Amino acid sequence: MQTRREMLSRSAGVAAMLAGMGLLPSVAQAAYAQAAFDAKTMADLVKSLGVSAPAENKAVTITGPDIAENGAVVPLGCSTTLPGVKRLLIAVEKNPSMLCALFDVTDAVEANFNTRVKMGQSSNVFAIAIMNDGKVFFAQKEVKVTLGGCGG
Amino acid sequence: MADPMRIRAQAAGDKATVRVLMSHEMETGQRKDASGKVIPAWFIQEVSAAHNGKVVMTAQWGPSVSKNPFLQFNVKGAKAGDKVSVSWVDNKGDKRTDEATVS
Repeated sequence: MQTRREMLSRSAGVAAMLAGMGLLPSVAQAAYAQAAFDAKTMADLVKSLGVSAPAENKAVTITGPDIAENGAVVPLGCSTTLPGVKRLLIAVEKNPSMLCALFDVTDAVEANFNTRVKMGQSSNVFAIAIMNDGKVFFAQKEVKVTLGGCGG
Repeated sequence: MADPMRIRAQAAGDKATVRVLMSHEMETGQRKDASGKVIPAWFIQEVSAAHNGKVVMTAQWGPSVSKNPFLQFNVKGAKAGDKVSVSWVDNKGDKRTDEATVS
């Protein structure tokens, strides 16, 4: 039978191990934005995130190929030179689930992210920047897809 | 999970470019298998990256991120020898963390 002392030091050890692995919620992370990922239109997406309608802005960029050979792997990047960005989002207009990815920007990273997404068909893709003061800006680009990306 | 993440972090000036290749099926929940049954959604939902133990980036992903996801971002103020770790949690609650040193 473990003594209380042993049990306390054991759980402290486990907590230290978890903290070392970065699994303890020491930083307040936003809960998973399920409503945002369920949004099917730009209007729904913006509403689910609780922000105003976006305005197009040249300081936000969405990078990607003009023609994607394989819709299952389309490299897209979003970035902005605007200061005071809180979040950067990548969205594909004609995907069943419009929002692909959402990045929380901190002072320690640049507002510049690249990833690869699936696109079901040729569509507009958007980079959306949500600023600390609640303003929302976006950039869009058309990406043509020759082979759809959802296996269908 | 399956294979470890491949993380490459290269210092360039006062920032480091981190590239991560994760190993994950990323099922959208839209595909059907041979018998016509829908393959359930299974994808990474949250990703976070830490530099020397401090969280520098968090991201939330949907099912439309590609299989074996790639991610690239730049950490400010990172120098050679610093540790960068990347973790993810998927919609089934599985998680994985891998670490690399900035070169």
